Amino acid sequence: MPRLELVDVTKRYPGVTANDSVSMSVEPGEIHAVLGENGAGKSTLMKIIYGMVRPDAGLIRLDGEALAANQPRAARARGVAMVFQHFSLFESMTVAQNVWLGHGRERSLPSLIRELRRASETYGMPLDPERAVHDLSVGERQRVELLRALLGRPRLLILDEPTSVLAPQAVSGLFETLRQLAREGCSIVYVSHKLDEVQALCERATVLRAGRVVARVEPRRETTASLARAMLGAEPPRLERAPARAGAMRLCVDRLRVDVARELGTPLSDVSFELHAGEILGVAGISGNGQRELLAALAGEGDPPAAGSIRLAGEDVTRTGPCERRARGLRLIPEERLGRAAVAALPLWKNMLLTRPELTRRGWLQPSRLRRLTARLLGQHAVKARDADALAGSLSGGNLQKFIVARELDTEPSVVVVSQPTWGVDVGAAALLRQRLVTLRDSGAAVLVVSEDLDELLSLCDALLVISGGRLSPRLGATEMSAERIGAWMSGLWGSAAAPAAGATACSS
Amino acid sequence: MLELTPRATPSLRMAYLSPALALVVTVMLCAALFALLGQSPARGLALFFVEPFAGARALGELSLKAAPLLLIGSGLALSFRANVWNVGAEGQFIAGALCAARVALTATDSTSPSIVIPILCAGALGGMAWASVTAALKDRFGASEILVSLMLVYVAEQLLGYLVFGPWRDPAGHNFPQTSLFADPTRIPRLVSGSRANVGLVLALGLAGAAWLFSERSRAGFALQVGGASPPAARYAGYSARRALWLACLISGGLAGLAGALEVAGPLGQLTPHVPAGYGFTAIIVAFVGRLSPLGAILSSFLLSLFHIGGELAQSRLALPKSITMVFQGLLLFSLLASDTLIHRRIRWRRSVRAATPSSALAAASAPTSSDERPEGSP
Repeated sequence: MPRLELVDVTKRYPGVTANDSVSMSVEPGEIHAVLGENGAGKSTLMKIIYGMVRPDAGLIRLDGEALAANQPRAARARGVAMVFQHFSLFESMTVAQNVWLGHGRERSLPSLIRELRRASETYGMPLDPERAVHDLSVGERQRVELLRALLGRPRLLILDEPTSVLAPQAVSGLFETLRQLAREGCSIVYVSHKLDEVQALCERATVLRAGRVVARVEPRRETTASLARAMLGAEPPRLERAPARAGAMRLCVDRLRVDVARELGTPLSDVSFELHAGEILGVAGISGNGQRELLAALAGEGDPPAAGSIRLAGEDVTRTGPCERRARGLRLIPEERLGRAAVAALPLWKNMLLTRPELTRRGWLQPSRLRRLTARLLGQHAVKARDADALAGSLSGGNLQKFIVARELDTEPSVVVVSQPTWGVDVGAAALLRQRLVTLRDSGAAVLVVSEDLDELLSLCDALLVISGGRLSPRLGATEMSAERIGAWMSGLWGSAAAPAAGATACSS
Repeated sequence: MLELTPRATPSLRMAYLSPALALVVTVMLCAALFALLGQSPARGLALFFVEPFAGARALGELSLKAAPLLLIGSGLALSFRANVWNVGAEGQFIAGALCAARVALTATDSTSPSIVIPILCAGALGGMAWASVTAALKDRFGASEILVSLMLVYVAEQLLGYLVFGPWRDPAGHNFPQTSLFADPTRIPRLVSGSRANVGLVLALGLAGAAWLFSERSRAGFALQVGGASPPAARYAGYSARRALWLACLISGGLAGLAGALEVAGPLGQLTPHVPAGYGFTAIIVAFVGRLSPLGAILSSFLLSLFHIGGELAQSRLALPKSITMVFQGLLLFSLLASDTLIHRRIRWRRSVRAATPSSALAAASAPTSSDERPEGSP
């Protein structure tokens, strides 16, 4: 009898069918992958199993018995546990206190601490139960979530994109733990879009595309390419890219220090790098290691840095604001599209104004001119939007990103800083956006890409920096980039690999 | 079973229909209220919706009440859109009235009628000064503008009381707490004889238009809107949050002060403890019913003026309590907020009533209201 069985589960949201009669089954002790692109409906399906979302139709059976829909408590009582992509931990409490919140009825705090120690030893997940959560790294926080789930002795464990926040080394540790769990008889549903992980870990996979099951495969018998084809429904587009021809220095950051309270972010210390015309420089790292602060410092938002300087084409812009930096040819494309790069409740033509103050005349808006320009950009860059009057909030993630990129690149900037360019964007649009960045580079612009997607960085960048704990690693040239080395560096272990990237002398010249 | 389900995109049509729907609901509730109070609903409603339009004089009264509501409401619409919650327009109204009165008291019968201009300017400046206390405290110390501006209303009331009971009291006024009557040249010019409507109405309509133009067509107004709709976007664009705070406070304060000046130099003609008539608070409803647009405020200011006059008529004709006006205003705002639900949601009739379980509350709670509960990649 299968541990978990889904029969024709369907869930519709306004405008989109998230799950379209999805059926699948998971045997006891099996590690089963649910594979699919962003937006394929994986997360919704998991929330349905866990009882957080009520399906419109369909049946869920656990060990042959129907599972009540929409009752997380009932699901937990029957042994379903879930570790979410986004953690739900109280930062000011200790690990044990956090876990106790969920399991307090059965045990006392001291006995729970003993149990946590034992479990973290058994499963090879080193963790001190009495440390405060705000002191923990992201990987450690995930262990807390996992241990919390394991204490309930689950029969079915759901993991939603668990490796998106982990360094490569931590991933193999997690896999060991999961295999051990499976040997003990726990079934695991592993949600991911990373093919190599699925091949390494899972016996069977259910592939979702646009809410439907398009394939049921044994990942180990497939190639990465065939899995990708199943997932995307088409050959993944290739990036065309000639070697870089680096030119003059466009952006120089010298020994930058940004002070932030630990609870609020990651302080930056001694951050130095150079960005040249005609190159794409990547910044790899696990989120929360100072990317946000680095981007804010480059944008000129908020307080000026505590020390160090930022030079744009040789001119000191350390103490200038976003408007002046933009006027000097620096364009920043943030990862938060809605709410930061665009205002959801305003039409696209008004969103143009956000970063294009030159489009007003003596302080007054010219609606017809703005509408024309917006319509032209929408057409040129194949943005699917009704027209220039469409609200920014009505566009899909990919189309909104296309619009924002078009708005910024239309100014022919000399330096472009872009964060997570293809995060949450469908495959087709992502390929288009990456190609645009390469074209931009070839036309002589300097491009800095901050991303957590290592594959993207490796395919896109001419050189790479790694950020960890608010510090930048030495620069890695195209031939020096390897996933292992970058993985080690993500934990800050670049040691004395080389002198700091940018020489101070270069900046001041 | 009726069920509210979220819409894929907010309905623009509902955004405009919602005030009309709210008005219909309010009228029905009011009819029921009249019936409960033992009055004929038809007669009661006629007092509110027919009589205020009967004749030139009545229309004049209507516009006399609508003008200050429109002035204050337009300013508040801009301010609220910028996410600056100045709810103390009443205090700024009083401050404007005080400053205007100070100028008006200097006039004699031989003063030129152009003194009206300094009077109105003094009013606007007074309102700005009062609002800038709120802005300064928020700017410097991060004090909540809601609390500060509200508390300053009571300070302004006390200040008014002090002045009319003390230094500014009319020596020939038989000890009544009031200033002497302002000299004739200070009187705001009337539009037509036989009606109390004055140029304040024209001024209010013109300034509402200007406020709309500023908000929809100027870069500064756009920056103000962005700051309200999404502070991170404003930071990204490089708009200063401090500038937005000051601008919003000064505009809304200035317009409230101007309304105060028009009131003392218009229908009142002197300063009394009864200057604050609640316009500053009613204007909050005006701003919301007008969809936070100065143009919408034109309609809503007349509507609330109607309620005000209707309430007075109900007092005198039907001997109903004064609070009936407030009840009407409250019902209107309440119905509007309820109707606004339909902008983001639609009502559906759900036939398959499932067995009642304790989870039905959870079912409602788990409707995808926040973005993270939306399915991935939903449009």
